[in-house]
Amino acid sequence: MIAEGDVERADDEQRLVEEFRRQLDAGLWAAVPLDDPAGRRQARMVRSFQDIPRDADRVIFFPRAAGGR
Amino acid sequence: MLLALVATALVAVALLSEELIPRAEELWSRFRARRHMAPVMPYDPGRERRAEQRARALLQSCVNEEEWGMYRDLGFIRVWGTLSDGPADTSASGGAAYAYLIYPHRAIVAYLAQTHRLLNEYCVAFPDETRPYGSTRLPDSDDVLAKWMALTGDERRLISTANMHLPGRQLDPARVKRDLWRLSQWERAWMREMSGRSPSETPLDSAS
Repeated sequence: MIAEGDVERADDEQRLVEEFRRQLDAGLWAAVPLDDPAGRRQARMVRSFQDIPRDADRVIFFPRAAGGR
Repeated sequence: MLLALVATALVAVALLSEELIPRAEELWSRFRARRHMAPVMPYDPGRERRAEQRARALLQSCVNEEEWGMYRDLGFIRVWGTLSDGPADTSASGGAAYAYLIYPHRAIVAYLAQTHRLLNEYCVAFPDETRPYGSTRLPDSDDVLAKWMALTGDERRLISTANMHLPGRQLDPARVKRDLWRLSQWERAWMREMSGRSPSETPLDSAS
């Protein structure tokens, strides 16, 4: 867990925005696991804090993909 | 004679001191640096196991019940492809349904769902450069989760990032074919299980 908070609270949201930017600046990708309309699970890649659905319960950061051997 | 030798030795030492003193100082400073080096952290054999357990729990919480069961029982996850022209610019799928097999720390394999014909291998890595020490290699389940998220979140981007190879470069095609057969068997059992389950029942084995 990197950070948690309630986006409805301004101070929490500010802290989450800063942490989100810090992770992306460190070179990580961010994704939100969601249910698609067909009921399957899928991820939505997010590039800015505004891309995150307001009701998302979490954002997962993971290393950028690179071509492997 | 002795006096002459001593005098010669003194002159020689004086001449060499310009070379020797800096080297001696360097050796001394290296010796001191080694003594002040931070203690090496002892190897903790449980660290990787705990990391894998956390990664499995995270993976389970992100994918659906079927995908989790697949990974738990078979060791890989099948993800359906969504690109109308297939996974690569070659239009290899000809518009037919295709899917990927995601293995931990192995290439992603694309195949045609109907015929099980293998299309390509996509070699991709997620090196964790943020770790201050230790390996940049993710735990197995984190690697699978990263592939799952990148593939379901932006399939085209992941496929264009990966190095594409013909089937067989990293994974034995016979093994992949066998895995596809295992998957079909597993799906039959899964469907039977699902049809026999009442809506209120909890998943079979979601704790392992």
